[in-house]
Amino acid sequence: MSEVAPKELRIVGFLCNWCSYGGADTAGVGRFKQPTDLRIIRVPCSGRVDPMFVVRALLTGADGVLVSGCHPRDCHYTDGNFYARRRLEMLKRLLPFMGIDDRRFHYTWVSASEGQKWQQVVTGFTNQVHALGPMHQK
Amino acid sequence: MRVGVFICHCGSNIAGTVDVAKVAEEARKMPGVAYATDYMYTCSEPGQKEITDAIERDKLDRVVVAACSPRMHENTFRRTIMKAGLNRYFFEQANIREHVSWIGLDKELNTTKAIEEVRMAVAKVMKNKPLFSSSFKINKRVLVIGGGVAGMQAAIDCADGGLEVVMVEKSPSIGGMMARLDKTFPTVDCSICILGPKMVDVAQHDLIKLHAYSEIAEIKGYVGNYQVKIRKKPTYVDWTKCTGCGLCMEKCPTKNAYDHFNFGAAPTRAINIPFPQAIPKKATIDPNYCRQFVKGKCGVCAKVCPTGAINYEMQDEFITEEVGAIITATGYGLMDVEKLTEYGGGRYPDVISGIQYERFLNASGPTSGHIIRPSDHEEPKTIVFVSCAGSRDKSCGVPYCSNFCCMYIAKQAILTKDHIPDSQSYVFYMDIRSPGKGYDEFTRRAQEEYGAKYIRGRVSRIYPKGKKMVVKGADTLLGTQVEIEADLVVLATAVVSAPDAGQMAEKLHISYDTFGFYVESHPKLRPVETNTSGVYLAGCCQGPKDIPASVGQGSAAAAKVLSLFSKDMLESDPAIAQVNTNNCVGCLKCLKTCPFQAIVEDTLRSGKKVAKVIETVCAGCGVCTSTCPCGAIQLQHFTDNQLLAEVNAICQK
Repeated sequence: MSEVAPKELRIVGFLCNWCSYGGADTAGVGRFKQPTDLRIIRVPCSGRVDPMFVVRALLTGADGVLVSGCHPRDCHYTDGNFYARRRLEMLKRLLPFMGIDDRRFHYTWVSASEGQKWQQVVTGFTNQVHALGPMHQK
Repeated sequence: MRVGVFICHCGSNIAGTVDVAKVAEEARKMPGVAYATDYMYTCSEPGQKEITDAIERDKLDRVVVAACSPRMHENTFRRTIMKAGLNRYFFEQANIREHVSWIGLDKELNTTKAIEEVRMAVAKVMKNKPLFSSSFKINKRVLVIGGGVAGMQAAIDCADGGLEVVMVEKSPSIGGMMARLDKTFPTVDCSICILGPKMVDVAQHDLIKLHAYSEIAEIKGYVGNYQVKIRKKPTYVDWTKCTGCGLCMEKCPTKNAYDHFNFGAAPTRAINIPFPQAIPKKATIDPNYCRQFVKGKCGVCAKVCPTGAINYEMQDEFITEEVGAIITATGYGLMDVEKLTEYGGGRYPDVISGIQYERFLNASGPTSGHIIRPSDHEEPKTIVFVSCAGSRDKSCGVPYCSNFCCMYIAKQAILTKDHIPDSQSYVFYMDIRSPGKGYDEFTRRAQEEYGAKYIRGRVSRIYPKGKKMVVKGADTLLGTQVEIEADLVVLATAVVSAPDAGQMAEKLHISYDTFGFYVESHPKLRPVETNTSGVYLAGCCQGPKDIPASVGQGSAAAAKVLSLFSKDMLESDPAIAQVNTNNCVGCLKCLKTCPFQAIVEDTLRSGKKVAKVIETVCAGCGVCTSTCPCGAIQLQHFTDNQLLAEVNAICQK
């Protein structure tokens, strides 16, 4: 065995309860295989995600942060995800000024029925973070 | 603090790819954990007893269960710990099935992930606070949106159960799609004859208030207390005076108006009553065609109306109804034949849709039940039916099966033979889908008894040749090309969502899928509920289905409303925002961002201006919490401290 399993990185996901958490469940029920690096935190709405959470995670040990909510105009709380979109887009542009590669942060929209899309989102983002490597030297 | 951790095997669902014993062992080492174990089926009765026993024996005050998704069993376990005397918010569920064991095969990595999921849940549960629900009164009236067969069934069942029902229908008459059908499969029963009595029931029921030709403008509120603003569209006819005599329709000089009821099978008058059994049987003017509106002069209907009901100046009227629950039965739409260019839809008059053909078959249709070719009004002898016209076709954006076309084509083939005994029907099909009771026998009858020729294969092209339409297709069973010279081609167009399904869902705060069909709470176990409590689904707005299934869902939705209303008070969800007035600086940014207008300005006795949450209105999204610059407003159960405890549990190891 010459190949060593690539080391896991630490990726934190904030998922809204109504769409993306359900989408991740749907992906599980459909047995859509995914990389195992992601750890999911359930929030009621993507609008609940304070950009501070993302920064805190990235500064204290995460190598990547993923936020996912309902598709725009399909928010369980009418327009919570619009607030999320503004804040998170702002955050994404701000990260380089804090010395953080903005590719370590991704926000997206996945509905409860989109199990396969969730698989693509997780796989894509995990690969992206792996390409950047670990953020914190141990 | 004494946390108990219970790791579920879920048979082999979790234990197959996660070392559950190791997860329990690691959990025992986590700070605050007093007890940890693994169990075969934690949700089973003995599994729940294991939890209640442990709470008593080990004096546990918080519980973490690592099992399936909390969307499945959170309520089960909350009830379990309540039985043992704990507040139900002293519970967290780590999802190690959908998010771990089912998506990875590497046992080692899965086990590490499961341990971390448990670590997060333990960190969160230690920050949890006891929360208590308050109760509020409910308004026991129900709104039914849509007057098709599903909506009517729901309305009648609710009203028979003693509830006041408000029904809103966007077209001038109730009846929906079923009112347009000639016969129903597999009994070949007359559609309007079995629907008519239901329509009359709706019209005459003391407890049902019908708003026809009306639309939902706005919905505010929450389960138990909705305020619904309804827009009554102008009919330009005073319905209190109109007797439905039909004289206006006879004399109307505009004879080329689009007939929405007949799906454009033939033109109609600018003022019309959609069909003889319409309820309410009142006339409506279509201002897009009426000469009075288009040219500014005519007034024939106003002159002939014996009761003087015509009013060209009529405007939108808005009314507000207060209800406690909403049943959505907004139905479906059909794919435009013009989208099917290879079939010549819209280009050739003798290529029509299934619903138009249904209207030709119907005695109250544009041809009084005589089948004709639209091009020359001659009787067709060779008729080709094309099933899956758009359905099961990714290139048309409809990968799903439209459910009932196979059956109605068989029915139309049978009826065609009845109408024109020397006719020959051909049916192009991909698969015959007839899984209902008596359905398969019915499709066989169409072939064996009525001589319809079924050809398995798709149609590639339809083009005119003289007076005939040439249908070119494949016979995949014989492996040959076929060409049929037809007099008339009927396309079983795909079922799509209602044209305004998206906007309606946004008003109701419910989700819809990529195709515009509304998403039920659980695909198997909660088929008529939505994720918004108090809003239920019935009929084709949730997905294509036939009449018995729609009626069944209508009754099911009504039963859900009746059980919701069997209580006088509802319990509120205590996971809502709370203001710490000591920290609040009164900037009121939260008030501006709240999607529900649940935050108001309040002045304390000291004169300090602060934000205040109206408990019953707050839906618990937490947008305010992420907005507040000083952390003064906190969404309970999802506070900054609780979420950061989870972040720390992953990041600071």
